Amino acid sequence: MKRTIVKGRVLVSSALLALAAAGAVIAAGDVDLDHAQTDVSNIAALQRGAKLFVNYCQGCHGSQYMRYSRLGEDLGLTEEQIEENLIFNDAKVGDVILSAMDGADQQVWLGAQAPDLSVVARSRGVDWLYTYLRQFYIDPSRPIGWNNKAYPNANMPNVFWEMQGVRKAVYETHEKEDGAEEKVLVGFEQVTEGTMTEEEFDQTMLDLVSYLEYLGEPAKLQRESLGIWVLLYLALFTFVAYLLKKEFWKDVK
Amino acid sequence: MKEANGPVVRALSDGLSWVDQRLPVVDAWNKHLGQYWAPKNFNIWYYFGSLALLVLVNQLVTGIWLTMHYKTSAAEAFASVEYIMRDVPWGWLVRYMHSTGASLFFVVVYLHMFRGLIYGSYQKPRELIWVFGVVIFLLLMAEAFMGYVLPWGQMSYWGAQVIISLFGAIPFVGEGLAEWIRGDYLVSDATLNRFFALHVVALPLALIALIALHILALHEVGSNNPDGIDIKKKKDENGKPLDGIAFHPYYTVKDLVGVGFFLLLFAFIIFFAPEMGGWFLEHDNFVPANPLVTPEHIKPVWYFTPYYAMLRAIPDKLMGVLVMGGAVMILFAVPWLDRSPVRSIRYRPMLTKVLYAIFAVSFVWLGWLGAQTGSTLQTILARVFTLYYFAFFLLMPWWTTMGETKPVPERVTS
Repeated sequence: MKRTIVKGRVLVSSALLALAAAGAVIAAGDVDLDHAQTDVSNIAALQRGAKLFVNYCQGCHGSQYMRYSRLGEDLGLTEEQIEENLIFNDAKVGDVILSAMDGADQQVWLGAQAPDLSVVARSRGVDWLYTYLRQFYIDPSRPIGWNNKAYPNANMPNVFWEMQGVRKAVYETHEKEDGAEEKVLVGFEQVTEGTMTEEEFDQTMLDLVSYLEYLGEPAKLQRESLGIWVLLYLALFTFVAYLLKKEFWKDVK
Repeated sequence: MKEANGPVVRALSDGLSWVDQRLPVVDAWNKHLGQYWAPKNFNIWYYFGSLALLVLVNQLVTGIWLTMHYKTSAAEAFASVEYIMRDVPWGWLVRYMHSTGASLFFVVVYLHMFRGLIYGSYQKPRELIWVFGVVIFLLLMAEAFMGYVLPWGQMSYWGAQVIISLFGAIPFVGEGLAEWIRGDYLVSDATLNRFFALHVVALPLALIALIALHILALHEVGSNNPDGIDIKKKKDENGKPLDGIAFHPYYTVKDLVGVGFFLLLFAFIIFFAPEMGGWFLEHDNFVPANPLVTPEHIKPVWYFTPYYAMLRAIPDKLMGVLVMGGAVMILFAVPWLDRSPVRSIRYRPMLTKVLYAIFAVSFVWLGWLGAQTGSTLQTILARVFTLYYFAFFLLMPWWTTMGETKPVPERVTS
């Protein structure tokens, strides 16, 4: 009896292995994204990110589900500090963070409404945001003058051009299978120098992406630190339950 | 009760007998817990029934708290969920308990159903328990589908659009039926409101009623066990099965250990991976519903993907709908399709074990395929596995009678 069970288990596990192997083969590679090593528990990075957000993003984008006061609580800022450093319009500390520009105006002036960024890190993912923010280049063919490698024909200018410097795209010509030629964007060439080195700029964008990740889910700050205690408690509970079970089952022959 | 007891115990005991003369509480306790003789050889597969009950309670309680803050309107639903996640104290925890609970409900129920399959728990006299179980599974799918619409994200909206439009494939009445379900020409505020009503009132009531029937029917005939032996055949002089032990305290205390392990997993997901990499909470559902923008890749949550893969594997829409519906409906017939003289897989021929293993693997494969975009190779694979799924059940009357079964022992093995 024991042997057939073991045989059955070997069968099932080898079948599952085959399944996993085949799955890995069939899953096709995705678009190349740079990995964003974010850390939402780094409060200083979140503060820098918040400052970048209100200075560079809030002109067009809002985060309508997030209140300034919550930012203060989570990032360790007093009401005065928030008012001085983060609020540039007539908003109150208890208000949600809205864009400086009205959505209807954006529709008319820019041709589209800039999306709300409250949960953008949850829909796009931090890697995508980190890649996107660093891949702008000038493109005179676009009405706005800018284009983006990660999100071609995005309707957004490079608001960080002073930091990053202006870059243009470098193309290579490839021959496609059917013989036709294809221009492929392979990299960028610096046109004017920015105020930051590439490393500094990457670090700055990482701060911003960390902030966006926090913005997507402020509860993340509590849930991970609380989760450890919950797991420890449950481990203890399970152990005690196991001892109790052993005690009761002594009389089951 | 002994006279030596103090006044408090005496008062309690008097109170109990006062109630018991008017309501059969002692009887009910004994019938379902204290003197419900469960086989003593339950293994790990037998945790999932009680765990399903635990998740049900979790869903009901967290659901009640969510309705206190959720706004049932197309204009406010998405924002109200974010309000719960940010401004409601502990709202994020309640929401994650509910969203993670939904997925784990299906994990537990799928394992519970598979347990029934491998140990032949649906065989006579337990056919009705299985039938009630399949109805519960159907209701649970409806409950989950409608619940997923409520956050009103892109995947809520377009998932509902796709699934409801399937009813449109039914000849003659289809379009009218789909419109009747939506309450509009497309998924809209009207749809959201009726789904809310069904999700929080009608379906939970029906689920609770069916679960009560499921357990009552089980307790009438008694539990099966990994050996598939009828423990009632061997009883002691008091009529207690020799291989039976009282559900309480033995299985209540054993299930408590299972609850501990389950809650560890549950808490780990809630606190460290609530999105489960996009499998429990999909990335696209963090974009508010927009009837004008179709997401690139519409897919249901993981627990529907095996059936969704079957739907997509069939080139014809109506046939696809019939295959998908048939895949669930065929489960009702299992007690009558299985002709094996033994219940448990332990005493069945090698052929049966191999077919079950392939079945489990192909079902998981279908689940993976249903979440993919559907390349040519993926579609071919989905067709192969769909064919196997149906062949497995429809050919059951033949393959369950093939091969040599092993002798079933008189008493349960440890």
